[in-house]
Amino acid sequence: MQFLLALIVVGPLVGAVAALLPAPPGLKGKSPEQAVLRHGVTVTGAVLVAAIVLALGFDHDHPSKMQATTDISWIPALDVRIHLGIDGISLPLLVLTALLTFLCALYSYFKMPAGPSPKAFVALILVLESGTLATFAVLDLLLFFLAFEMVLIPMYFLIARWGGAERTQAAWKFILYTLLGSVVMLLGLLLIGLRAGTFDMVALATDNGSGLSTSVQVIAVLAIGIGLAVKTPMWPLHSWLPDAHTAAPTVGSVLLAGVLLKMGTYGFVRILLPIAPDGMETFAPYLAAFAVVGIVYGSLACLALARPGAKGDLKRLIAYSSVGHMGFVLLGISTMSPTGVNGALFANIAHGLITGLLFFLVGALKDRTGTSDLDALSLPSPGHRPATSGSAAPDSFQSGAALYGRAPRLGGLLAFGAVASLGLPGLAGFWGEMLALFGAFKPADGLSRPAFLTFMAIAAFGTLLTAAYMLIVVRRVCMGPAPGSAGPASGAASAVSGAAAAVSGGASAAPGGAEAAPAAVRAPGGVKAAPGAEPAPRLADVHGYELAAWAPLVALTVLAGLWPAALLGLTDPAVQQLLAGGKS
Amino acid sequence: MTAAESTASLIQSVDWAAVAPPTIVAVVGLAVLVADLFLGERNKHLLGWFSLAGLAAAGLFLLPLTDSDREPRSTFCLSGPGETACSYTVDEFTLVIQLLVIGGALLTALLSMTTLKDARSTDKGLPEGEYWFLLLSSAAGAALLPASRDLATLVVALEVASLPAFALVGLKHGDKRSSEAALKFFLSSVTATAVTLLGVSFVYAATGTMHLTELGAKLGDVGGQLDTLARTGVVLTLVGFAFKVAAVPFHFWVPDTYVGAPLPVAAYLSVVGKAVGFTGLILVTVVAFPEYADVWGPALAALAALTMTAGNVAALRQRSTRAYSAVRLLAWSSVGQAGYLLVPIGAAGYADRNTDVLESTGATVAYALMYAAVNLGAFAVAALVGRTKALNRVSDYRGLYARSPLSALVLAFFLLCLAGLPPGIIGLFAKVTVFSAAVDAGLGWLAVVMAVNVVVALYYYLQWTALLFRAPEGEPVRHRIPAPITAAIAVTAVLGVALSGAPQLVLQFAEQGVR
Repeated sequence: MQFLLALIVVGPLVGAVAALLPAPPGLKGKSPEQAVLRHGVTVTGAVLVAAIVLALGFDHDHPSKMQATTDISWIPALDVRIHLGIDGISLPLLVLTALLTFLCALYSYFKMPAGPSPKAFVALILVLESGTLATFAVLDLLLFFLAFEMVLIPMYFLIARWGGAERTQAAWKFILYTLLGSVVMLLGLLLIGLRAGTFDMVALATDNGSGLSTSVQVIAVLAIGIGLAVKTPMWPLHSWLPDAHTAAPTVGSVLLAGVLLKMGTYGFVRILLPIAPDGMETFAPYLAAFAVVGIVYGSLACLALARPGAKGDLKRLIAYSSVGHMGFVLLGISTMSPTGVNGALFANIAHGLITGLLFFLVGALKDRTGTSDLDALSLPSPGHRPATSGSAAPDSFQSGAALYGRAPRLGGLLAFGAVASLGLPGLAGFWGEMLALFGAFKPADGLSRPAFLTFMAIAAFGTLLTAAYMLIVVRRVCMGPAPGSAGPASGAASAVSGAAAAVSGGASAAPGGAEAAPAAVRAPGGVKAAPGAEPAPRLADVHGYELAAWAPLVALTVLAGLWPAALLGLTDPAVQQLLAGGKS
Repeated sequence: MTAAESTASLIQSVDWAAVAPPTIVAVVGLAVLVADLFLGERNKHLLGWFSLAGLAAAGLFLLPLTDSDREPRSTFCLSGPGETACSYTVDEFTLVIQLLVIGGALLTALLSMTTLKDARSTDKGLPEGEYWFLLLSSAAGAALLPASRDLATLVVALEVASLPAFALVGLKHGDKRSSEAALKFFLSSVTATAVTLLGVSFVYAATGTMHLTELGAKLGDVGGQLDTLARTGVVLTLVGFAFKVAAVPFHFWVPDTYVGAPLPVAAYLSVVGKAVGFTGLILVTVVAFPEYADVWGPALAALAALTMTAGNVAALRQRSTRAYSAVRLLAWSSVGQAGYLLVPIGAAGYADRNTDVLESTGATVAYALMYAAVNLGAFAVAALVGRTKALNRVSDYRGLYARSPLSALVLAFFLLCLAGLPPGIIGLFAKVTVFSAAVDAGLGWLAVVMAVNVVVALYYYLQWTALLFRAPEGEPVRHRIPAPITAAIAVTAVLGVALSGAPQLVLQFAEQGVR
């Protein structure tokens, strides 16, 4: 077992080095590019298999016990030990990471993002995977910091080299924000380690803060909390996230949202809750307040982006929705009650599955149409019509990318992802949010119940806002006049809007009327989505490889929604033990 | 002291094995100077090999000193009425710093081989005999310094290490920048030394002794009248060493000097020159002046904060297209790194006497070892690029990966080590030890300043790193890499990677302290 866990952490690293070397004879494949991409699929696949075997071999009767542990002294000078192990909290995250990385590698094998050599791409993805897996598997504070830092450089290069517009800026913002946070976090970790005399997370969790004075705990929680909150991200430290997501390539976004953000919340649960409970109690109301502001802020930002004429980018919108979702996770953690923390962990996994799927879908949509701009997708834009500008005009019902008509399966999946994301009961998104709200209804003893009740009410209002923008997105992207079925009622409107589109596309000489629509189709930068008198061209529907990459996410979303006990059964005993200080 | 005792102390037995490493370097330096007179132009390159062999021999003579069951070996002792005070002591600290100095000089010598060879083919050659003599003399002084245990020997060693360096910087014939750099370096250094001597005289006046251990004992008993004198003396003494470390406000000479000097000399100054400075600082503060920790502790902490901020901000402002910007960037980054090196020494001023002091300064030593390896490596790659791109701008490194993948990967590794981010694991953990020294001493504000600096520094290190992998402008031309540079890069890279796998090798000094 412990070899398996060590293999899972080290394997990708070895694979990354191997990816940089020339392929050995017999594995050369059709071309060097194809060979190295296949290498990526093989390695991540092997890691996924190892993770699944580990999950199967996991003693499900004792999920609160650290299993598959390795404990070797590495740097005695700093008291750093290679201490690995998994329990019910880290196992789901470990498997999620292995799964998402494998799906990303599979997706890139067929659809390599535009950019320089795939060799470096595969190597970076593998280093990234190793860093994230290590974060969830290590049980030593300094090793945790090392793993936390390990993902920075690969992610920076993934965004800066394979990203879209404004990628350099976004990559810088990402790495500078996160590094500043994590260096501050290091100070907190050192404070804990030096004052308590050990960096071992298990020992520290068993002490449950008894070896640390309250003032030390408060300072440590503040420092560590800032570092983790940047990564999570918590409002108001989130501003790197939308830029990074917008600029990152599809797989970069998937990994960033699906896995990297979880490192922050995992740190809250694994380090702050058990090791510095007094300090955490001091900051819990503030954390909850920030979390709730994040929920509302994320939803409002999404609503603003989804508004017609706002030129909202779909990727940016999903990024802001992540801010809201992570707000629920943070709210759950800040309650410090088993219910809330379980909800937070559940929401973590659910967010990884659903947002990963959404980023895949938007990436695919962008590949097909060349844009992820909501307005460009759902022409015509009412912003060009003075009568309707400034408000969600009634005629915007008629605009829409009509994905249902043009690529029904893609549209269906997008709608599925959206409703899962808004927390429809029966899908994964529901349970986490509900449990987090439940936790806030009855927070741990010592926390102000009225305050948390207020937070709960605001957060519940946030779910409504979430539902609102997600449904707007579905309406604007999936619905709309189906190709070839432009009825007489919408004919006039669409003719005018076709002209508007033509103007926006730069075809200034286009005469009004029916001829405008083809002009819009040909307009440079315009999309083949103009719902005019002529049928809009159909889009390629879901390819086989896309289905392969997405189906597991869909299946798990449904499974987690219908059978939450599978996940909660793992996390609950471990959470109980963490909160009780390893005594139960 | 009675007459009989002083007669007895006139006859000293010298422990030749203990003084061997600096002596060998000095003797080889003199031999090179003499040999230069008798060698024809065609055989001058032999001098380089001879110097290399001499440095290697000096390094080998460190070996027998290591296994003497950790008991310090002292020589040049004066047996006074109380305990004996020695001027030259070989303990673990001495050995580690001597290893650093000799290793650094050895790598510098490897880089110099190519530089001198290239200079030979142009009309503006470098005088080889003088070059090797000066390099070895400076190295001898630097190797002597960590073993010195009295203020006079310390100052002499400091000057032996510095004076040849001025000449080395100004050695490029007919190069205006070179002479200007040498003059700048010389004037500011001499001022700093003069101030140090004044401080030493004050301290001597207050206590009547030069030996560091005796000073440590006697400074506590300085009477009320002399207290101000002793205090002033302590502060002034630190100035000369702060100059060598290039701490603020004595850092202005660094970039111009590095750019004006031959590249290997710049590398030498950035590593061995700094080692000399902080070694002196540690000896003076921790061994001689522990009584005045309330004076130098806060002073060095403030100096550390200012130095790292000044260095990193200046490095941030470097434009990558300016001539010699790569060397300038390395110069300013070395100022920033000097700030990190000062943090543990400053923290030692706040620590409990005798125990934590050793741990704190041990963090400096550990950091310096890491820094020496990777900074020399970065300079080695810069020397390599400088052979084809004479202006050595940062923008010249664009697409280095396409031209020579290995050196680009290695340089990226070195830069990330300096930045302290994985995959530069040793850089990360060396920074962690420095941070932990600051946190342990309760210097939270300094730790936060350093944290911000680490982020600032990452910006320029990573910018450079990213440039290495960009698509090159024009067709990449491959050049043959000369063997000595290859050897230097390989040695530093292997060191960096090995230390990343087993950080304990250098971090052990941070744990036990160096005694």
